[in-house]
Amino acid sequence: MAGPLIAVQDVTKVFRMGDVEVRALRGVSLEIATGEFVAIRGPSGSGKSTLMNILGCLDRPTTGRYLLDGRDVAPLDRDALARIRNRMLGFVFQSFNLLNRTSAIENVELPLLYAGLGRTERRRRAAEALERVGLGDRLDHTPNRLSGGQQQRVAIARALVSQPKVILADEPTGNLDSRTSVEVMALFQELGRSGITIVLVTHEPDVATFVGRVIVVRDGHIASDRRQVPARADPSTLPAEDAG
Amino acid sequence: MNQLETLRVAIRALLRNKLRSFLTTLGMIFGVGAVVATVAIGEGARSAVEEAFASMGTNLLVVLPGSSVTGGARGGFGSQPTLTWDDLRAIRSEVPSARYAVPYLRSSSQVLSEEQNWTTQVAGTEPDYFEVRSWPMALGTRFTDSDVDTGTKVVVLGGTVADKLFGPNSNPVGQTVRIRNIPFQVVAVAARKGQTPTGQDSDDVVFIPRTTFQGKIQGGLGKFLQGTIFISATNAATAEREVTDLLRDRHRIGGPSEDDFQIRNLAEVASAQEESSRTVTLFLAIVAAVSLLVGGIGIMNIMLVSVTERTREIGTRIAVGARGRDILRQFLGEAVVLSVAGGLLGITAGVVTARWLTAAFHWPVAFRWDVMILAVVFSGAVGVLFGLYPARKASRLDPIEALRYE
Repeated sequence: MAGPLIAVQDVTKVFRMGDVEVRALRGVSLEIATGEFVAIRGPSGSGKSTLMNILGCLDRPTTGRYLLDGRDVAPLDRDALARIRNRMLGFVFQSFNLLNRTSAIENVELPLLYAGLGRTERRRRAAEALERVGLGDRLDHTPNRLSGGQQQRVAIARALVSQPKVILADEPTGNLDSRTSVEVMALFQELGRSGITIVLVTHEPDVATFVGRVIVVRDGHIASDRRQVPARADPSTLPAEDAG
Repeated sequence: MNQLETLRVAIRALLRNKLRSFLTTLGMIFGVGAVVATVAIGEGARSAVEEAFASMGTNLLVVLPGSSVTGGARGGFGSQPTLTWDDLRAIRSEVPSARYAVPYLRSSSQVLSEEQNWTTQVAGTEPDYFEVRSWPMALGTRFTDSDVDTGTKVVVLGGTVADKLFGPNSNPVGQTVRIRNIPFQVVAVAARKGQTPTGQDSDDVVFIPRTTFQGKIQGGLGKFLQGTIFISATNAATAEREVTDLLRDRHRIGGPSEDDFQIRNLAEVASAQEESSRTVTLFLAIVAAVSLLVGGIGIMNIMLVSVTERTREIGTRIAVGARGRDILRQFLGEAVVLSVAGGLLGITAGVVTARWLTAAFHWPVAFRWDVMILAVVFSGAVGVLFGLYPARKASRLDPIEALRYE
């Protein structure tokens, strides 16, 4: 596919809160190529979450275009956006958002359920995804029997399972201790090396060192956009994770 | 996502909260259970009454002679013979809706076998009486019209009398019994009919030809028929009107004067009974509707709580690709599964309760499958009706808000 995977062109987003208009994005343009590992940073209220929601097809821009894999998604309706989220995007959340009292494998199967895949195919692919994040031996564990880091890895497996083009992670290390954070970043780096595009939002400077490109958003604009050589995430250099 | 998959997701979600799901269905269980049990008991009572009336004979009219008035004191019906044998003949020839019209004369008398005696009702009648009462023979053959013509000394025993005189399970056909010291040959034993709706034993009676009765048991009164006339009608109401007109005409009763006879229409009594049981059924239906409504509100309440509680789950599902209608179907599915499960469990509870009542108190019960199917269909409808609002609410959540919900 020619052209960038993600192309945001002069996007604005205006929220209406009663009589007050809040301009969360005031003309943002950016391009992300396939295989890039990008962090979006910025203070709270900067518009980085709004930008993330638009990238994730959870929200639509007020004006401007958003081309995902060459296709303008701005005019699509809710159902069409659901389909794009299902087929092309994977989500990782700060608080994992796993279904409780539900086994790891069933959690990972969830996107495939909405893709309309058969039961055996779902099982097989979900097991593969869990294998890939190193939880091949925890398929039937429910979230309350997994540590925070393991829960987030289940969530990453869920994001991976539908073989998306892009994984969008919103503060994925926000609820994890520093060692586990590094473990999760190591996993992201590994996925990045296999060609998956990853965009994450973070406010932690440490985490941002592990990515190849940092975009800073401030007051609804892109304040800076620079590439860097990522630090290698190596959890073995850190003290062991607390049990539990 | 197909329907089956949706259902599976719904069931799995409900099983995640087993106790709550069960408590939610309790309203439906009690509602449906109460309906099934009460309908079974009501139907059991009704069919018992119906059976009793059917045993009396269908479309049965009884014509009773009139009352005497002596110095202002009015006797009861039958205190004065007003019906004549000519009246009977006239009914037979002039009332087409009367299929059979038979005289029934009776007297209390002691009946003796070789070893036992028993005081019972001796009835003088004609063979058609057994047609009127739909009364088959258990043993032997009933007496015939020629027995009536010649005044033969033969007798048909009621089941109770046969037991009392010859012992249970005996065959007295061919034996001799004595009534008023006159020997009668037993030709048949009538099948058992059990109790009448008023609690009398239908089988405590013996039948002899009415001519024999007139000649040997009770001296005749010439032209008067000292007893009652049983009529089996094709249409009870028509026959009642026609017989009334005929007898008033024959007895020269004109204008406002009272009838000197009475006609009892047993079909009317039966239909009045049925009418009252229909009223009871209607009330049951109202109670059922109210209890299903209450059950439905319970389900809606819990579903609303569930939607709020699972806001993040809904947000996650939407984020990973669930469409609004997938969410709608899931929550609607949960409500319907709850209500239908409640309906099915309610039926089980109702059946168990009714069976227990039968076992413990010997109440007759009759299960109505149509009521049960209706109960399940209604439960499903309640689930859809009361599940729709919470499900719509869930399906319209904004995923961004939902994901952030604490």
